[in-house]
Amino acid sequence: MPVILQGIITILIGVGGCVAYFYFSNLLLDKVIFPAKGEKAGQNINRANQVRPWLFLFPAVFVLGLYLVYPVIGSFFRSLYGRNPDEFVGLGNYASLIASEDFRISFFNNFLWAIVVPAGATFFGLMVAQLTDKLSWGNLAKSLIFMPMAISFVGASLIWKFVYANDADIGLINAIRASLGFTDPVDVLQIPFWNNFFLMIILIWIQTGFAMVILSAALRGIPEETIEAAILDGANPWQLFFQIKVPQIMATIVVVWTTITILVLKVFDIVYTMTGGNFGTEILPSYMMDFMFRDDGRATAIAFVIMLIVLPVMIWNIVQARKEMR
Amino acid sequence: MDNIAGQKSSLTWATHISVLVLVLLWLIPTIGLFVSSFRDRDQISASGWWNAPFAVELTARGRTSAEATPDGDMFVVTGNIYDDPEAQSYFPGGGGEVVAFGTRGANPTEFEAGTEADLGDGETLTVNADGTYRYVSPEDPGSRGQRVYFAAASPPNFTLDNYEQVLTADNMDQAFINTFTVTIPATIIPILIAAFAAYALAWMDFPGRGVLIAVVVGLLVVPLQLALVPMLNLHNKLGIGQSFMGIWFAHTAFGMPLAVYLLRNYMVGLPRDIIESAKVDGATDFELFVRIILPLSLPALAAFSIFQFLWTWNDLLVAKVFLPSDDASKVMTVKIADDLLGSRGGDWGILATAAFVSIAVPLLVFFTMQRFLVRGLLAGSVK
Repeated sequence: MPVILQGIITILIGVGGCVAYFYFSNLLLDKVIFPAKGEKAGQNINRANQVRPWLFLFPAVFVLGLYLVYPVIGSFFRSLYGRNPDEFVGLGNYASLIASEDFRISFFNNFLWAIVVPAGATFFGLMVAQLTDKLSWGNLAKSLIFMPMAISFVGASLIWKFVYANDADIGLINAIRASLGFTDPVDVLQIPFWNNFFLMIILIWIQTGFAMVILSAALRGIPEETIEAAILDGANPWQLFFQIKVPQIMATIVVVWTTITILVLKVFDIVYTMTGGNFGTEILPSYMMDFMFRDDGRATAIAFVIMLIVLPVMIWNIVQARKEMR
Repeated sequence: MDNIAGQKSSLTWATHISVLVLVLLWLIPTIGLFVSSFRDRDQISASGWWNAPFAVELTARGRTSAEATPDGDMFVVTGNIYDDPEAQSYFPGGGGEVVAFGTRGANPTEFEAGTEADLGDGETLTVNADGTYRYVSPEDPGSRGQRVYFAAASPPNFTLDNYEQVLTADNMDQAFINTFTVTIPATIIPILIAAFAAYALAWMDFPGRGVLIAVVVGLLVVPLQLALVPMLNLHNKLGIGQSFMGIWFAHTAFGMPLAVYLLRNYMVGLPRDIIESAKVDGATDFELFVRIILPLSLPALAAFSIFQFLWTWNDLLVAKVFLPSDDASKVMTVKIADDLLGSRGGDWGILATAAFVSIAVPLLVFFTMQRFLVRGLLAGSVK
């Protein structure tokens, strides 16, 4: 298997190369460039310690710069050119996007996804986290609800095809309909507008586990005293949950919510596998894939639109991170 | 805290029941896939997976025996329809009770089992519930027997045929190997690179550190989509093109922000005393990192490896863009999404099995390493 061999060699070169790079660059710095001996020993040690962080950082910074920072700029410039990379069209790609019906549909659908999926996953996650908190078999329940996190979006789509299939002998929904007396099977993925929600259910199913794990930890982190005080004051379980617990974990809820929102803007697999973007279910990432390999100008323009949508969250994240560091 | 005031026992029951309902709701789709992957193709299209433990009514066809015995001026053929090899082939698990029969493919269940069917021209046919038949004809039926269609209960038939077919045909075995080939280097290579950078960001003092951390946090949310076109163009210019080499680089880079962020968050929490006393003892940063930080950070390293493994294994987008689209280098997700769903959209047994094969490895990793995964999630999102 030549590819496997190639893979093993890559691992060896990758890992060995890393070790060698870090070892020899440090050696070079300490022994050759700024040796800690002679009359300038003290000065040299200081200088070496100023350079060393960058030795440690260089490979990661290089990779991040090349694959994540450069593309932001590169994509923007590419989106100013047409299908032909030499033909400058200015904002023409963006103009034709805005004029296109498909783009408006995918933008609107994406908007729905970005509201419904985080809301659904956070809601169910919080519910499960709270309900399983005092349960003897809570960990088992959590582990089973967490499981879809390990499943690929493609695999999850296939799993849900066995729920949505347009056949009462395969699709669970149609089987339930049939048992209620409806004779004609429906294809839920072709019901205009509502089919979007059936696709969102798949992502909610996957992401609830993520929300649950994090919110569950947050719930356990609430100081006992506040809960005991509320109980002594006669709070009922509902008040306890909504007025004591939820406000205290609000920051975590926001983190979970935004993390899932970001994910929603990247996932194209579910739409691609379930409907191929047909029947009015297109979202921006899948719409972009329609142009990938065909019209790079248009594809990068859509990618940049996604970036613009993510930008506020990114800035908010950075602000939060800087606050925490102080 | 089990019996504190405000916790009513009726509420406890409601909790048990609602959690049970939720767990079932979450499990049922996956169980459906799992059960379907073991079912025979004919049975899948004849009854839902929730009926898998029960017999399925299948329509089959066969022929009566060709040997007729004269009886007066009529010829009589008797025997059992299940003796016919063609009829047998429909029921690998043995045939059950015959429910109805007929002689025309257009209406295979025209007559109830046990009744005498008048086929015209003086011919009659009776098929009983146990499969025995009696065919009476005024003429010698000749060397070919009478065509008989019948519906019979087929006992549940669980088989590994789907797995055999998925793993040997259609290059799915190749796709399975390809997925491993993509995943393993893409999981291992970023770890060390990220660990060194995370150490520098956590424990070394230098100007610009805060900015760099902010940049990493920002890069966590950069949509992958932006990188696709420029990086593929760059790979093409460098001569890497669409190849395994290219996808290893791509995955390494796309996993880097999370790796650095996770590991830094973990390393910052390591006890300062250990690190400072090592420094006082004269350890250089490099020794300190290799001897102390790296071993202490193993849980975080494990958490990241699991993330990266699951993410690269489950990825469709990067594989579609950075790998060639020929059969020799397709990974499983691409294979399922592009090939199986397209050409075999109706073959549910194969689809279910392919999906299950592709999710089996992540599920195994998930259930054995869940502890680390949870810890990693927590380190990555909550302070």
